[in-house]
Amino acid sequence: MSVRRLAKDQPDSFDFSKDTLKKAQWWIAKYPDNRKQSAVIPLLWLVQKQEGWVSEPSLRVIAEMLGMPVIRVLEVATFYTMFQLSPVGRVAFVQLCGTTPCMLRGANDLNSVLKKKIGEPHHLSKDGNFSWEEVECLGACCNAPMAAINDYYYEDLTPQLLTQILDDFAAGKSPKPGSHIGRKSSEPKDAVHTLTDPKLYDGSAAKKIVIPNLPPKETNPKKAPAA
Amino acid sequence: MVGILEDKDRIFTNLYGLHDWGLEGAKTRGCWNGVKDMLDAGSGWIIENLKASGMRGRGGAGFPTGLKWSFMPKEVKDGRPHYLVVNADESEPGTCKDREIMRHDPHLLIEGCMIASRSMLAHACYIYIRGEYVQERERLEAAIKQAYEAKLIGKNNVNGWDFDCHVHHGGGAYICGEETALLESLEGKKGQPRLKPPFPAGAGLYGMPTTVNNVESIAAAGTILRRGAGWFAGFGRPNNLGTKLFCVSGHVNLPCNVEEAMSIPFRKLIEDHCGGVRGGWGNLKAVIPGGASVPMIPASACEDLPMDFDALRELKSGLGTAAVIVMDKDTDLVRAIARLSYFYKHESCGQCTPCREGTGWMWRVMERMATGEAEMKEIDTLLDVTTQVEGHTICALGDAAAWPIQGLFRHFRGEVEDRITSYRAGKPHVAGHTLVAAE
Repeated sequence: MSVRRLAKDQPDSFDFSKDTLKKAQWWIAKYPDNRKQSAVIPLLWLVQKQEGWVSEPSLRVIAEMLGMPVIRVLEVATFYTMFQLSPVGRVAFVQLCGTTPCMLRGANDLNSVLKKKIGEPHHLSKDGNFSWEEVECLGACCNAPMAAINDYYYEDLTPQLLTQILDDFAAGKSPKPGSHIGRKSSEPKDAVHTLTDPKLYDGSAAKKIVIPNLPPKETNPKKAPAA
Repeated sequence: MVGILEDKDRIFTNLYGLHDWGLEGAKTRGCWNGVKDMLDAGSGWIIENLKASGMRGRGGAGFPTGLKWSFMPKEVKDGRPHYLVVNADESEPGTCKDREIMRHDPHLLIEGCMIASRSMLAHACYIYIRGEYVQERERLEAAIKQAYEAKLIGKNNVNGWDFDCHVHHGGGAYICGEETALLESLEGKKGQPRLKPPFPAGAGLYGMPTTVNNVESIAAAGTILRRGAGWFAGFGRPNNLGTKLFCVSGHVNLPCNVEEAMSIPFRKLIEDHCGGVRGGWGNLKAVIPGGASVPMIPASACEDLPMDFDALRELKSGLGTAAVIVMDKDTDLVRAIARLSYFYKHESCGQCTPCREGTGWMWRVMERMATGEAEMKEIDTLLDVTTQVEGHTICALGDAAAWPIQGLFRHFRGEVEDRITSYRAGKPHVAGHTLVAAE
């Protein structure tokens, strides 16, 4: 477990923007009418997208919207580590994966780069533009080491590449997410020997087929009742 | 040819995203072909064929998928709707296969959801994707929108089974990969696992009959039924049938995801697809064969090792999610496992005392083992604690935290002992300290 508390300095109020409110209603509509509480994680996420972090007043607004006690929203916000309970870097918020598969491929070197360029984890840089933290496995292990910057994955990093990416962010550019050594995704680099058969992609698989082992039509009374 | 599986027998034909992920591309590759016929054949037929294919769940536990589906009530009673929930909370360190399915072949997943829902008489499905997969979620939502627009899913669709598919996302908690924690999270609560029984098939999401399946199991269902159970059962050893996505990471020359036949020999997998171990086969030290939760195995066991559930269980490890983490001779194994211990400490939900306290305790001791600062006798104490955590918690996270440590000491105890010895070697003798203090 990790101990997580709300930030000391909190804004006075929170309001959904028009756009966020629309998205929030779209989420709430996904669940049965009396199960609106299900939308609490997506709504907290929307708040975080709008404000950059999750503040105390926003928890109250969400609680009211979903008809649940504030303490339950607080519980969720502090349990799930993806919710930032204090402000993060405005230009780039870096979440470096540090778990073993990334560590084996050099995540610790990236850690040093971030310390040097941004400072201590969980602290805003002086200008408030950058912050970073080490997170647990982000599930892109074949593209290790990697970091999520502003939600998108930057993969196959080296200290030089990460430095370049941070410099680009600082210069106001938006570096492209994905692999930074020229891979499309998680294929073996420059050595794709599978999925090369052109027959897979020429449309022959889309022709009408007879499903094997189908029961004969007339002896098919066991069809389950439609619910 | 590389590996043992031919291209024509691969299920995930757009694994690397080199082709169109959208509906048109997916249809060209055979997705959605014949789905109506399968649905018309009925629930019993789908389940029978899934059982006959020998498919075992791809989420880690390896429970037979067809059997799991058959646990659902056979009719919808008392207005209690059935639900299918897809576990796309892929967080097991080393595992990155579901991600590729969701962003490159999302229609295979949607198709599978529909077939599975038909078999368990569900009209609604929630795909619970981990919160960090933002790009993957956007892609999946776009694909679902395409499927609705093409009337493949939704009310009164062309396939003849009313079916709604929703994406839900998590908040970055590993524990939500556990099925009952996932359901709690989907209900808008903290992700703390529930006591079983009741099992989800009796009382799951919102207390209704629910089945939770891994993305890969569901996404493979359509192709299995299209090609026939016998085709799928033609790969692998008995009881370990079919094809499987392997995620190979760590110290190999070309880390990658690849679909292969089950029971492929480990060495063939690594050398054919992943460019071999960094520094050559002789440089291999140890392998974690199924995601961080399973115990590691030493290089000596890897030569002719078939990669499947049973062979790895005999080695006191497991296939898990088939996330192979390769470690070469430069690896500091103790440090690597200490990092995993930190992971489990961080991800424990805090519900059961042995896990909440034990994971933190084990991590702190492992940190000292990694520097060598520990006492020799602490090794046995640590192993004793792992057995006190293992099996004494509601969910398997306690086990998962204990096993990597047990695996390390089972095969590399000497390495830790050497480190403790050499740490002491350069330091002043303890008696000297006492003398100085007494003066």
